[in-house]
Amino acid sequence: MLDRAAAVLDAQPVLEVRDLRVHFDDYDGIVRAVDGVSFQVMPGRTVGIVGESGCGKSVMARSILRIVDRGSRVVGGSVLLRRRSGVEDLMQLEPDSRPMREIRGREIALVFQEPMTSFSPVHTVGSQIIEAVRLHSGSSRAEARREAIRQLEHVGTPHPGYIMEQYAWQLSGGLRQRAMLAMALVGGPSVLIADEPTTALDVTTQAQVLELLHSLQHQSGMALMLITHDFGVVAQIADDVVVMYLGRVVEQGPADAIFHDPRHPYTRALLSSMPSVIAKPRARLATLPGAVPHPLNRPPGCAFHPRCASAIPGRCDRDTPRQSVVQPSHSVNCHLYHEADPT
Amino acid sequence: MPADVILRVRGLTKHFGVARDGEAASADILRAVDDVSFSVRRAKTLALVGESGCGKTTAVRCIVRAMPPTSGNVWFRTTAGGVVDLAALNEAGLRPLRAEIQMVFQDPYSSLNPRLSVLDIIAEPLVVSGVRNRTVIRDRVANLLELVGLRPDHMARYPNAFSGGERQRIGIARALALHPRLVIADEAVSALDVSVRAQILNLLLELQDRYHISYLLVSHDLGIVKHISDQVGVMYVGQMVESADCQAIYRRPLHPYTAALLAAVPIPDPRRRRAAYAAPGEAASPRNPPPGCTFHPRCQHAIPRCKLERPQWAELEPGRFVRCHRAHELQLRGIEA
Repeated sequence: MLDRAAAVLDAQPVLEVRDLRVHFDDYDGIVRAVDGVSFQVMPGRTVGIVGESGCGKSVMARSILRIVDRGSRVVGGSVLLRRRSGVEDLMQLEPDSRPMREIRGREIALVFQEPMTSFSPVHTVGSQIIEAVRLHSGSSRAEARREAIRQLEHVGTPHPGYIMEQYAWQLSGGLRQRAMLAMALVGGPSVLIADEPTTALDVTTQAQVLELLHSLQHQSGMALMLITHDFGVVAQIADDVVVMYLGRVVEQGPADAIFHDPRHPYTRALLSSMPSVIAKPRARLATLPGAVPHPLNRPPGCAFHPRCASAIPGRCDRDTPRQSVVQPSHSVNCHLYHEADPT
Repeated sequence: MPADVILRVRGLTKHFGVARDGEAASADILRAVDDVSFSVRRAKTLALVGESGCGKTTAVRCIVRAMPPTSGNVWFRTTAGGVVDLAALNEAGLRPLRAEIQMVFQDPYSSLNPRLSVLDIIAEPLVVSGVRNRTVIRDRVANLLELVGLRPDHMARYPNAFSGGERQRIGIARALALHPRLVIADEAVSALDVSVRAQILNLLLELQDRYHISYLLVSHDLGIVKHISDQVGVMYVGQMVESADCQAIYRRPLHPYTAALLAAVPIPDPRRRRAAYAAPGEAASPRNPPPGCTFHPRCQHAIPRCKLERPQWAELEPGRFVRCHRAHELQLRGIEA
């Protein structure tokens, strides 16, 4: 606990993604799923990674833990994890190596949208959490059982002793997601990656799980990387926001700046096209023309240019925009914000 | 039935028999829809909202008679001007009315036959209704495609050539082919990306203004509902707990469950972070609902009476119906625009 508190104070990123590139082979060619993504995750803070389907947010998260599917490969960049023993570049480790396996769960944990696929249907929830505890601590079965119950209590499950004996498919969506969190947290990770953790849940259950994530983070000082397509969820719990489109970051900054001073035409359009409970009834929404192209057919230059009302012909359709700093910690990748490139 | 009402549902109930181990089906009764009443007005939208398992989809399936309701009435005003009870009609009696009520489905991937061209998909209802002339059909399909914002020269293509949003447009074109008076859309935009969702919502609003279609919408998303509805009915564990004008229900909910739903919606503004309150616990099972008010175990306003006595569906104010013992005295928080 103490060194975690210290980590919060010295304000060094616990995880830093630098120019990460992940490709995978499709039937028709190479998909550049993640194409030069950079951002930092600070201890004790929540970064929301937000974007529509095909933006690469999930592939990026799996790449950090080196659990991408067969056929995909990290082709460049680094992921720097700050550990007690120093800074480690995860992209230099073999996916199956012992150091990488030790990092998974113990330093960086991952929870998915659908906990049904993360739990085995033929073992009780309890036996799986006990196994995770023993893997990380090497404690005895009885000790591990007590720890598992403690973890379930910690994530607010009623009757943890009873939940231990259940199979994942016997639990409701909300309870399953809580059990999933309990299992993810047994290793005491310094970073929790949550990939659409509330998307499959009903809205009142979602509110409970978001509240839980927030309080767990508050207690432990871990960093939370929340991957979602839902700007509402991001606004409610993220400190920092990274907006992605077709494998690239288009804008990143503090949540307040992203929502109240968005700069990228994509961020602006997304925010104004969102149906919201605070809108006037039957108000027409602003719309973005077209749809997100398939990642295989990413438009040249700025990938957003065919849908962008402010696109500059001859520039946005040709040159990839570089990062422009709007404010310290708020940056945008858009030609509207930097001088013409000396070509 | 008032002249501007096109669909009036009264006391709609659907029970399923559930087999328990070793016993016959119907040993247990699952009350999927339990005494639900509402009206849809001409050229207006009523949205049924609620969380999974609340019975909103089953209610809609009973209305279109995809399954027979256990009891209740579903009065529908036909183009001819008469009023018929869909719940009481047999297959033959329903057939001539099928054209007047059409559906748009949630999943634009599974609701279009991948082996049919867009022309054949949209023409199918026309052919079924007896149109045989190929030229007439082609012209009508071209019109419909244009209407929903797609290019008529794409009618020979197959669904896989289209994005999710475009497929949903095709589904809407098919629903409109026979000039329906009522379109029922079950989570019609839930599967779409945010940037595409707005296009489809606007299209639905536009079509309604142009053709005076009435919509019965099913959604779990209160943001979407706010954008498209005139009236809202909130369901919880098979029952309607509140119905009112859209504006009124968001601003000042009368049922504690409506208030809890509103409090749980994440508002896309970091300056408006919500207090931790949302209803504790989880929705009851419609197989074994709690006695009294089904919401009482999660309700912070519950009194002893709520545990014993089932609240009646009552009109508390003109146009505002609610099923709560304390609705007249509670001051619940809504959402300010």
